[in-house]
Amino acid sequence: MAKPFSIRHQPGFTAIAALCFFALYLPILVLVVYAFNAASSTAEWGGLSLKWFQSAAQNTQVIDATVRSFQIAATAAVIATIAATMAALATTRTPPYPGLTFKYAAINQPLMVPEIVTAVALLIFFSRIKIFTGYSGLGYLIAAHTAFCIPFAYLPIRARLENMDLTLERAAADLYATPWRAFRRVTLPLLWPGILAGLMLAFVISLDDVVITEFVKSGGQDTLPTYMLGQIRRGITPEINAISTAFLLLSVAIVTLFFFVSRKRD
Amino acid sequence: MPEKPDRNAIEVRGVRKVFGTGENAVAALATVSVSIRENEFFTLLGPSGCGKTTLLRLIAGFDYPSAGEILLYGDDIAPQPPFRRPVNTVFQSYALFPHMTVAENIGFGLEMLNKPKAEVKARVAEMLRLVRMEQLANRRTSQISGGQQQRVALARALAPQPKVLLLDEPLSALDYKLRKDMQIELKRLQGETGITFIFVTHDQEEALTMSDRIAVMSAGRILQVGAPRDIYDRPADRFVADFIGESNFLKGDVTGTDGGRATVKLSSGTEIRASLPEGFSPSGSVTVVVRPEHAQLAAADGGAALQGTVENVVYLGTDTHFHLRLDDGVPFIVRRQNARGGADSFAAGSRAGVVIGGDAAQVLRD
Ligand SMILES: Nc1ncnc2c1ncn2[C@@H]1O[C@H](COP(=O)(O)OP(=O)(O)O)[C@@H](O)[C@H]1O
Ligand SMILES: [Mg+2]
Repeated sequence: MAKPFSIRHQPGFTAIAALCFFALYLPILVLVVYAFNAASSTAEWGGLSLKWFQSAAQNTQVIDATVRSFQIAATAAVIATIAATMAALATTRTPPYPGLTFKYAAINQPLMVPEIVTAVALLIFFSRIKIFTGYSGLGYLIAAHTAFCIPFAYLPIRARLENMDLTLERAAADLYATPWRAFRRVTLPLLWPGILAGLMLAFVISLDDVVITEFVKSGGQDTLPTYMLGQIRRGITPEINAISTAFLLLSVAIVTLFFFVSRKRD
Repeated sequence: MPEKPDRNAIEVRGVRKVFGTGENAVAALATVSVSIRENEFFTLLGPSGCGKTTLLRLIAGFDYPSAGEILLYGDDIAPQPPFRRPVNTVFQSYALFPHMTVAENIGFGLEMLNKPKAEVKARVAEMLRLVRMEQLANRRTSQISGGQQQRVALARALAPQPKVLLLDEPLSALDYKLRKDMQIELKRLQGETGITFIFVTHDQEEALTMSDRIAVMSAGRILQVGAPRDIYDRPADRFVADFIGESNFLKGDVTGTDGGRATVKLSSGTEIRASLPEGFSPSGSVTVVVRPEHAQLAAADGGAALQGTVENVVYLGTDTHFHLRLDDGVPFIVRRQNARGGADSFAAGSRAGVVIGGDAAQVLRD
């Protein structure tokens, strides 16, 4: 007998899906397993051990890079989220007008321009400024990260604003709230989950960046990802696996938090 | 009905509102003028899309008129933003703040007016009592029923003691029974607070039962303003007569006028007397309206104004509708209140006359 018709069942789909999942998760699984390898090369298996986690935790270069990554990610995410919140308010709390689409495009530019192009442009631009001002601190990395984090912070905030009932703000104004107090007492509390989601997303994106960071950083400004890239050039030890695994756990934790925060009160 | 003082709370003078520009321009309000008296329950009545919400939004300050002025006790408020106008709104969707409790919602306006904490607290308690919500003061607004949300919205808008309260179809989301209760509740609140209410509805029955005065609107215009009785008994034009209650329309020619009344010769040849709308002295052909309950059935050929055949008799419990076809082909409905044990004297198919009393007919300004 023929099965009842359903577009969910197409020949070969299950096999393709299985293959994709396999290709996606098997390498990560292998990476995580080898982080617990007692041998000193990823080419052999020497039994279970936590020694590479210990060695990574004691490696001052790793510690420095991690601290720097967090400094940059935290600062860039906060600035990007503030900018994104203002941009989202400006683009949603207005009737559509010609040029609004252009503004969307401008805000989301980092999603569309190839990262390597931005990286090269920033490299050239910042090197001039470095010569001019003599300043070569973390400011350049923070500025660059802020720029490409804005669209990631912007999207969840805008989504939240678009779902918000505009009459609530009107009701606040009707009840004698000035625009600023209406924002503080009504819009902001209701927008808060969107802002937190945007903040976390921006944080993770900044933490993960390699290309722009690699081009923009000055000497001794490795972040965790660029440090790992540098190490891999010299041959892979299970310490890299251990760092990757820790990194993975952190990202999963943040994304999980993001999920719960953005789901709250909906 | 208590005497209402004759001061105007709101005066709308030549207000026009156009949305869009060029070819897309829509005149939501085409030059509207109306005065709303202090302390009255004033209703804007009209079908959906006739501009009721637009007029309310202009008074609240969410939008600005394209032309004309809006006076609140003589002052032009058109340039003021909504948060400076002593006018509050009950929104159709209630628009309660979901992150605040019932009490916080009610106190919001007073808080924004920077009233002392103790005063806010006392007033919130008073409002909770007024709308009978004392028990639910600390609930979230998502944890109360639709009818209760409606009352919170009312209390929140009344708490700052606005000069005028605007209500945009506040009862339309409630079911029938609750709507009836809230109609009475609203009338009570208006009486107790003495605040001028401007109430918007598309429900004629609601407008008739609740209002001191009604403005009937259609397509961005106000067609007639008057007490419910005036509007019902003396509709000024065909739209008003058609929109409110049931109507019989008769064609005729004016043969003479005197002191607000006209003699109209109907197409059947009979002459009847009909009231004229104020300041209207027609000549030639006119339309006359007669409400179904203002006409009586009589024996056929007994000298009644109109003659016809009963086509249909519809029994409705409290009254009976007799659907007639007049001899010139025009349909006519007569409504008669049922008395206990009264027999159906006019069965379908029988001949009948229709008597139109001295005050039953009204000439329409067409
Ligand atoms: N913001 C707006 N932009 C364009 N047209 C509008 C807008 N608001 C209302 N209108 C139009 O104005 C007319 C009156 O609308 P409204 O005042 O909401 O009617 P009502 O409340 O009586 O149903 C409608 O034709 C509506 O389409
Ligand atoms: Mg409306």
